[in-house]
Amino acid sequence: MEEKTVKELKKIVGRDGVLHTPEDLAVYGYDGTFEDSSPDIVVLPETTEQVSRILQLAGRERIPVVTRGMGSGMAGASVPYRGGIVLTMTRMNRIIELDEENGMVLVESGIITAELQAEVEKKGLYYPPDPSSNRQSTIGGNIACNAGGPRCLKYGVTGDYVLGLTVVLPDGRILKTGGKTIKDVVGYDLKSLFTGSEGTLGVITEARLKLIAKPDVIHTASAEFPSLNDASRTVNAILSAGIVPVTLELIDDTAIACIEEAMSLGLPRDVEAMLIIETDGSDKDSVAREIERIGAICKENGARTVTVAKDEDERNNLWKARRSIAPSLARMSPNKLGEDITVPRNAIPEAVRRLKDISARHGLPIAVFGHAGDGNLHPNVLFDLRNPDERATMEKMIAEIFETALDLGGTLSGEHGIGSLKLPFMERAVDAVSLDVQKSIRNLLDPLGIMNPGKALPE
Amino acid sequence: MSQKNDLHKPSENEYLSCIRCGLCLSNCPTYREYLTETASPRGRVALARKGLEGDLKLTPNLYEQMYACFDCLACNEICPVGIRPADLALEMRYFQEQMNPKRWKGTLFSGLLSKPKSMERVTFPLRLYQMLGVRRLVYALGLRLLMPGQLRDMEAMLPHLPQRPLRSVLPEITESHGRSARKVGFFLGCAQSLLFADESAATVRVLARNGCTVITPRDAKCCGMPAMGYGRQDTVLDMARHNIEVFEKSGIEKIITDCATCGSTLKEYGKLLSDDPRWAERAKSFSGRVRDISEFLMEIPIIKPEGAIDARITYHDPCHLRRGQDVRQEPRELIKMINGAEFVEMNEADWCCGSAGSQLITHYGTSLKVLNRKMDNVEGSGADIIASGCPGCQMQLNVGVRRRRSKIRVVHPVLLLDEAYSKKGT
Repeated sequence: MEEKTVKELKKIVGRDGVLHTPEDLAVYGYDGTFEDSSPDIVVLPETTEQVSRILQLAGRERIPVVTRGMGSGMAGASVPYRGGIVLTMTRMNRIIELDEENGMVLVESGIITAELQAEVEKKGLYYPPDPSSNRQSTIGGNIACNAGGPRCLKYGVTGDYVLGLTVVLPDGRILKTGGKTIKDVVGYDLKSLFTGSEGTLGVITEARLKLIAKPDVIHTASAEFPSLNDASRTVNAILSAGIVPVTLELIDDTAIACIEEAMSLGLPRDVEAMLIIETDGSDKDSVAREIERIGAICKENGARTVTVAKDEDERNNLWKARRSIAPSLARMSPNKLGEDITVPRNAIPEAVRRLKDISARHGLPIAVFGHAGDGNLHPNVLFDLRNPDERATMEKMIAEIFETALDLGGTLSGEHGIGSLKLPFMERAVDAVSLDVQKSIRNLLDPLGIMNPGKALPE
Repeated sequence: MSQKNDLHKPSENEYLSCIRCGLCLSNCPTYREYLTETASPRGRVALARKGLEGDLKLTPNLYEQMYACFDCLACNEICPVGIRPADLALEMRYFQEQMNPKRWKGTLFSGLLSKPKSMERVTFPLRLYQMLGVRRLVYALGLRLLMPGQLRDMEAMLPHLPQRPLRSVLPEITESHGRSARKVGFFLGCAQSLLFADESAATVRVLARNGCTVITPRDAKCCGMPAMGYGRQDTVLDMARHNIEVFEKSGIEKIITDCATCGSTLKEYGKLLSDDPRWAERAKSFSGRVRDISEFLMEIPIIKPEGAIDARITYHDPCHLRRGQDVRQEPRELIKMINGAEFVEMNEADWCCGSAGSQLITHYGTSLKVLNRKMDNVEGSGADIIASGCPGCQMQLNVGVRRRRSKIRVVHPVLLLDEAYSKKGT
């Protein structure tokens, strides 16, 4: 990076907001995957105006800009493959306005999602989207990837809570969209365009988010299934009965074995799958009735046992098991690649069957778990990156996993995004005209191609 | 110092298994102040890996990131994969020392700190500063305010110093009150002896009152933590062997310490010496018998003190007690046992106070930021007294209290217990 550009950036954000020692650059090249490529400089803005000036400068000098929150993405979306500026939003982390009366909150995009949740919960309010990384990801990152999470089955994904956004466009103009109203049909719905745009259309600096009343009662149950097929059938049986649980999580035997090897939580090792199911609401009796009905449906569909957590401790234990899956897989295997395909819910049993078949044919284990209730599965291939054969096999398996999802009428990604890792499969997954329109929109907003180049859409 | 070809390298497991999930960023005190990846555990792990694998030069700035870690162990605790970034930072410091030993560290850690006598000599001017009334004068005349900020804060770290180090006053054997039910060893830490003598004297009194005959070997040396912090693991091993031997002589059941840092280091001896066939067993047995004073008191049938302390008391978890030794509830239980004491839990009681041994001196800015977060929580609790069983934490909290001109008293929990015992019934 040219000396004069560095100077200019320091003038915009101050000396403390610009990092460029080799050590700084070495730690801003990765996200939550195994991808790694260092930027030329790291800039930490503190205001929307600063972001605007940085983008003007980047446009003038044709410097790529990769926006980054806490770097916990699962698709390489914030990895700066082409160098340039990593624009780190973590210092824009204020709550600007908590409007209790209207049930909404205006925040800067670098706030940590779990901290926002804790703050609004103090007032009896609730921000439902709960990506597993909510303690190490920012609202801005969640919006840019339209993050999901277990609770999204009942409450919807991040995008469903975005009421308004402030976005700095690639040319430095500041765009505001949406506002304090729940309904708003004036003009195109631009907030939905920027949600899930993975840093390619602009930089989200502020967001107004919808909040709901915090549910008082939660019940959590776990059901053990000797047959994986029965477990996946049960998912649809519950939903077809007109019940919408908060979460409906599937954990297969490979995942259970890994959790038990790594942490010994006392999960059953002689079943093919478990479901973790949660219901919530404000009325004690109706929530209890719901979980009972769910228990009965599980039993009818082949569950060996159904256990309802009696207290907060038991509940936490169940969730500990669910949250421990990804790290446990990491402990048991040198590398893992977690995908997040989504299929229509009636195709869940078939999808699970085919995933197991892919594993059997290629010889590398696949752990299947995920938010089965909304058809969002996380097949994780376990392999060793140091072994070139295994890497090649893994890549073949990933391709087959995507084929499976598309064959069954599903899609590549439910909540992680495309980033760079899923790009090669984009053209097969998205309608050609739609893709063409998307490219045109991108080109219109970012004609110079400086915003997160090489990500989200094929070039 | 070992030859370059048999360097002790940090263990690969501590960095190869990192899945870069970033969870450790959420509870790292330095990350949360700077909000940069470089100041985070995941960043340090990445730097260590790249440095050791040759992708990055092992520059002074890379090692500085290892020294910027406060070793509060929060990342070790939260890591879902079970790697220990804080330990890796210490190992990197040791690695640097092996490649490029600094002579002053040899003088300080093998020379000075391992000889209690010489340490007492060099700290004599500080005691003089106070004994002659200079300190009172400095405060009375407002001269303290003329000191540069950091010096002023360092001055504020000093508790009211004992006239003589406790080591030279405390008898080797303190008989129990009444029938002796057990014989225990007391490991008197350097900082406790030199700076918080009243507290360790109280520890011994409380033990004696609870049926313990207390042996305090005079020839025990520094536990080794300061040397460890500055990358001299080799020196720590020498100290460990010496201390193990000293306590083997006295035929005691348990080894008690009232310093969180000493306790966590003593409990590590077993691990540190596990590769040394002559010492592994002895070290393991030694570490297995070490107890923090609060941990020990809750293990034995403790006598409830009759006297009362009417105050709102909060508790700050020393990192090396809570995470280093998994002692969480015991100090709280001790405080709650005291008549009149109203125990209040502050927010983030287990968040580092920013002391980390000497960070107030070496990383002043960061240390103050971390301290401010702590002090907001302390003040938010509305407590009159903050108890914490670590000399480093107490010094740091004293700085916080003085900076905010607050009236909150900083004490060791055992001192409160001792006060309650001596007050008798009211």
